[in-house]
Amino acid sequence: MSAGRRSSINPVALVALGIIVLVVALALCGPAFNPNGIETLDWAQVAAPPGMRGAHWFGTDRLGRDLFARTLEGTRTSLAVGLVASLISLGVGIAYGAVAGYLGGRTDQLMMRLIEVLSGLPLIFFVIFLTVVFGRGQHLLFVAIGAVGWLSMARIVRGQTLSIRRREYIEAAVACGASSVRILVKHVVPNLLGPVIVYATLTVPQIMLFESFLSFLGLGIQEPHASLGTLIAEGAGEIDAASWILWVPATILAGLLLSLNILGDYLRDTLDVRDA
Amino acid sequence: MHRYFLQRLAGAVPTLFIIVTLTFFLIRLAPGGPFDQEQSLPPEIMANLQRAYGLDQPIWVQYGRYLAALAHGDFGPSFKYTDFTVNELIGQGFPVTLELGGLALSLALALGIPLGIFASLHQRSAADYAATSLAAIGIAVPSFVVLPVLGLIFGVYWHWLPIIGWEPGSLRHLVLPVIALCLPPLAYIARLTRGSLLDTLRSPYIRTAYAKGLPVRSVILRHALRPALLPVASYLAPAVASIMTGSLVVESIAGLPGIGRYLVQGALNRDYTLVMGMVIIYSALLIGMGLIVDLLYAWLDPRIRFDA
Repeated sequence: MSAGRRSSINPVALVALGIIVLVVALALCGPAFNPNGIETLDWAQVAAPPGMRGAHWFGTDRLGRDLFARTLEGTRTSLAVGLVASLISLGVGIAYGAVAGYLGGRTDQLMMRLIEVLSGLPLIFFVIFLTVVFGRGQHLLFVAIGAVGWLSMARIVRGQTLSIRRREYIEAAVACGASSVRILVKHVVPNLLGPVIVYATLTVPQIMLFESFLSFLGLGIQEPHASLGTLIAEGAGEIDAASWILWVPATILAGLLLSLNILGDYLRDTLDVRDA
Repeated sequence: MHRYFLQRLAGAVPTLFIIVTLTFFLIRLAPGGPFDQEQSLPPEIMANLQRAYGLDQPIWVQYGRYLAALAHGDFGPSFKYTDFTVNELIGQGFPVTLELGGLALSLALALGIPLGIFASLHQRSAADYAATSLAAIGIAVPSFVVLPVLGLIFGVYWHWLPIIGWEPGSLRHLVLPVIALCLPPLAYIARLTRGSLLDTLRSPYIRTAYAKGLPVRSVILRHALRPALLPVASYLAPAVASIMTGSLVVESIAGLPGIGRYLVQGALNRDYTLVMGMVIIYSALLIGMGLIVDLLYAWLDPRIRFDA
């Protein structure tokens, strides 16, 4: 069931993939080509526009820090949070959804009801809450965001599990006397991983958006570290004098999120993953 | 129908109660208190302050008192904005937030649905691609990126509209924030309308309507649109949630005196009562929206019967 065989490859999705690869490569390798550090203050070049002077290719901010270096650091942070928190929500979602779908009946109803109630709550306020209550560390940020992302993941996993449960090989495993835990770990989870990972590509941009939202509010990544959210917040305060401080991180975040969404949508449509 | 609605209304009370209880204890678990300052207060003054706000009592007594006051609609005094009660703070800010959010939601519906209809009627045309790409951008790009960029273009470069600030009764200050806030829900609504209208247009009763010789216009508006709007109706509650969270950042960027700032600031300041008030208001709004969605469902699709 490869994406290429089903239909010809969508040029828009290809461009999106290209942009993602480019931004990731830039975020990882960029610092090697630029002499400026993320915390170095260049007093001779405070709020300098983009140009070649002092190798501040994207300009500098109010404190004379190089925007190229800071934007790349912010991109790395945002990508890292997106990936790690997606993995957390993937892990929790798989465990929860697979158990609910496999056990079925009352347990399933109860577990799904809980998901329904949780999705109805204003979870973003709880995350704001959690980050404030338990300190604004990066680790907590991962946990808090992952904790919100697992809800929809669990629903998808459950749907997949329901269809897997009826397959012959599960019946065979039951007939062989395998325990429920063994069947879940050895048979159910490996088989639902494919479609679920496709769906997870769509949670990465959602989580990156959420992270930058929290960082924008000052609840996420803290100075001197940067995420795209903190950089945009900084830039939003300088639009009348130094608009590049906004343009640079805003363009990267918008481009990255758009590309990830387009790629995720394309993968989902081509591989036909439905949330049941 | 009425019975179902009353049941749902009664069901909202325990949900709110759980939210109130959770936030009440969670925020008190947090290290630090509302009266912590750089320089710590003398113990006598601290004790007096604690006594004045009832914080010297056991936590269960505080909880009971809070619930009793809440039952009378009293959110209590703010700890940080001294001389203000939470009711007063919310009363001042809420109209602004409501105007901003209400305008954004109305605009999203008023533009999103026609855009979706148009795109589905001209499937695979240039206009369809334009509409769907616009929707993709609206979904992907968050309002805290859109608003500063709009401000830069319309405020700084062209001097058409004010970027920040607020004047009562003036709509000019709301134009950019409303646009930034309504884009993501607008994009979702357009996408949902397009998708579900395409599905509906394939059903047999639409073919029947065409076969009767009805003009396209009345087939779409009178027959296809109503059932096709069901997914849009169920998206309304998430849309309100998205506008509410969006308004947190939009208000802070545009300097609007709404209630958005109280949530984050209140939590950072450990202003217990203010945060509680905010969480309750937002939750109540969301739950209320859920009820409205249920009613809309019954109106859009007469096959849905709640009493059965």
